[in-house]
Amino acid sequence: MSPRDVVITGIGLVSSLGEGNEVHWQRMTTASPSPVIDSERFAPFTVHPLPAIDWNLQIAKRGDQRQMETWQRLGTYVAGLALDDAGIKTDESLCATMDMIVAAGGGERDQEVDEAILAASLETNDRRLLLNQKLMTDLRPTLFLAQLSNLLAGNISIVHKVTGSSRTFMGEEGAGVAAVETAAARIRSGQSTHALVGAAFQTEHPDMLLAHVLGRHLQRGPWQPVWDRDPAQGGGLVTGSGGAFLVLESREHAEKRGARIYAWIEDILSDRVRRADGGLETRLREMAAKLSGKNGKRLAVSAASGAHEATAAEKKALEDRFALRGLTSLTGHLKEAQFPFAVAMAALAVKHRKAYPPFDGSEAAFPDEPRSVLATAVGSEHFEGMALVSAA
Amino acid sequence: MAKTTDHLGRPIVVVTGIGIITSLGVGRKDNWDALSAGRSGIHEIKRFPTDELKTRICGMVDFLGSSDKGPAALTYEMAETTAIEALSEAGLDGGDFGGPLFLAAPPVELSWRDRFDLYKMSAEDAGYRRLMAGAARPEAARYFETTQFGSIADRLADRFGTKGLPITLSTACASGATAIQLGVEAIRRGEADRALAIGTDGSATAEALIRFSLLSALSMRNDEPEKASRPFSKDRDGFVLAEGSATLVLESLESAGARGAEILGVLRGCGEKADDFHRTRSKPDGSPAIAAVRAALADSGLDDTGIDYVNAHGTSTPENDKMEHLSLSTVFGERMRSIPISSNKSMIGHTLSAAGAIEAAFSLITMREGVIPPTINYDNPDPAIELDVVPNVKRPADVRTVLSNSFGFGGQNACLVMAREPA
Repeated sequence: MSPRDVVITGIGLVSSLGEGNEVHWQRMTTASPSPVIDSERFAPFTVHPLPAIDWNLQIAKRGDQRQMETWQRLGTYVAGLALDDAGIKTDESLCATMDMIVAAGGGERDQEVDEAILAASLETNDRRLLLNQKLMTDLRPTLFLAQLSNLLAGNISIVHKVTGSSRTFMGEEGAGVAAVETAAARIRSGQSTHALVGAAFQTEHPDMLLAHVLGRHLQRGPWQPVWDRDPAQGGGLVTGSGGAFLVLESREHAEKRGARIYAWIEDILSDRVRRADGGLETRLREMAAKLSGKNGKRLAVSAASGAHEATAAEKKALEDRFALRGLTSLTGHLKEAQFPFAVAMAALAVKHRKAYPPFDGSEAAFPDEPRSVLATAVGSEHFEGMALVSAA
Repeated sequence: MAKTTDHLGRPIVVVTGIGIITSLGVGRKDNWDALSAGRSGIHEIKRFPTDELKTRICGMVDFLGSSDKGPAALTYEMAETTAIEALSEAGLDGGDFGGPLFLAAPPVELSWRDRFDLYKMSAEDAGYRRLMAGAARPEAARYFETTQFGSIADRLADRFGTKGLPITLSTACASGATAIQLGVEAIRRGEADRALAIGTDGSATAEALIRFSLLSALSMRNDEPEKASRPFSKDRDGFVLAEGSATLVLESLESAGARGAEILGVLRGCGEKADDFHRTRSKPDGSPAIAAVRAALADSGLDDTGIDYVNAHGTSTPENDKMEHLSLSTVFGERMRSIPISSNKSMIGHTLSAAGAIEAAFSLITMREGVIPPTINYDNPDPAIELDVVPNVKRPADVRTVLSNSFGFGGQNACLVMAREPA
């Protein structure tokens, strides 16, 4: 134990299962947890939709809500849940000195404007002139501010007054890994005392699915658990809307203010495996061994994406030593939020001294009390991360 | 051997390689020659038609192979080119850099040209359904890479052999400074002996221009492009959208010394502070910018008498320049009237995600050359802003330390303190 251990003192979660830690713990520890899905709205693709949310609970000013689209509102909301959970939200001086790293993609484009321009593009020989005309008259400043990656963090500063620092990392699942890893490394080295870190993803917008369609990522047909998706039915991803934020603190900082500690993050590893060379499985095995030794069976909360190659490699690398729980089966793929979500779920299991039951028939039982839980996020295309989350 | 740790016992971080591209040209020498001569790179937009637009000028980089190939291609090419220059100067160009990569880059989006292509590929009815149907066609797969926020860093990591998971970041107009800060922090933590910090931005598309235009952020002085960016002038009317890139090779003094590398300057301190006031405006009392400057000074171990020159954020918007003046006069008091301060943006425009890195690079060269680049177009001073802006003509000066400011749109402020020599 060191005063600079990185401990988790706040968790904010939203997914199709609901909002908050208690709801997630309940829903994920029932005998056979089942996902909430919508297979019609974006058919042939299935999504895990957002639950009903009363934005007023975390974003008090209507004016602030109007300045955002769903992605930024969702992230701001989940960040508020985490701050509340840590007992920091109403503490102005703690918020004003708090560091923040948000992992982000982009926000929603204005669908109406885009569609009008696309339709008109078939009728003109000069698309570039058309763009100028349409964008100058139809674009609304509020809507394009809602697209900016760094403005989720900007909105969190405005709404929750977190202003110690504000950084936004980009790069799909890897951005979520790097955000948690960097925030933890800063705390461990004394560069920071407390930090808010996390991400949100809003899949229920066609532009958010478009990149996945281009990448041949999405799975069609009837829903299947993340470990069991047929390559003949698409790329293996079923996306979801949701988010996860964590409050990380140095042990000393948390204890001094009498904060409840869920767990501590023993260590985090990340990498960029050159997958074309075929070393993913070996490298994941090495990373897991380095984090949690080579003996005994452990619980692992996996944010495996469902992408066939990466998910198969992860399963092969880990299943002999770990009882895997594929969180994506229950939440859908939350992109940048995958790793923060996995770390949060690991911390909840440690705190409750109880493992999640298998999320599907292929996952092994884990009857023991989980003292240390592995959290993983292996990107569907690139970037890998793992953390070992242990009893504080 | 000299001391290799700073006032807080942390490894001293130095710069051993610099690469630059702006609208003034490719490479450090051409850029510095033009910048110190007070030449403007701002010109009429040629890349796309400007009919219907209120602003028709920019500082775009129009002279590279990928200048007309879309934001992703240009953003990558500029990063690659400046990294090659910086690594070659540092003597680390073997393709096996071995330290982490921190990349400040604009958020990516599928370009309109690509959207039009995809739309045309499909025979579905209309709207996003049709776009998605186009995207599902086999010939559309090649458009995928430009939609991935991590792909430019991934390619750069392959190209230069950087270590581990590369970090791509955005803190809006402060991104370049944040990339450097992340590198400095990693070296100070002892995680790495060296780090590659790159700022790059080739995202000056019609839509980007129109977005800033609708926020009334851009200069509309279209008839005299080279005079449009006029920081601290009374008649300033907005910033000029621009492109560019800079790479810094950051290295611990110990590592640089051990391999006999030439030291181009020192990253002494970094400071940041977020604004909680408004999405596009800064807090009226300037407190976030003030706190960022003070944090950088404290981190560097210097006090308010320790800065010889300020490389301004100086965007030429009515708001920024007023606030920057307020913040600096609060921190430095009366002395601020006599500290020279100039804005590189008067010549290169606002290079957004790259600005913090480009301006840090110019700050380092300023110290080495003993020449302060001017703030050009300063022929109508704003009487409310009493600063020594090094008007119009470069000035020889013995500059030992520089403060470089980056104040981001969206409330993200980052400041860097650099020194000519290790303390």
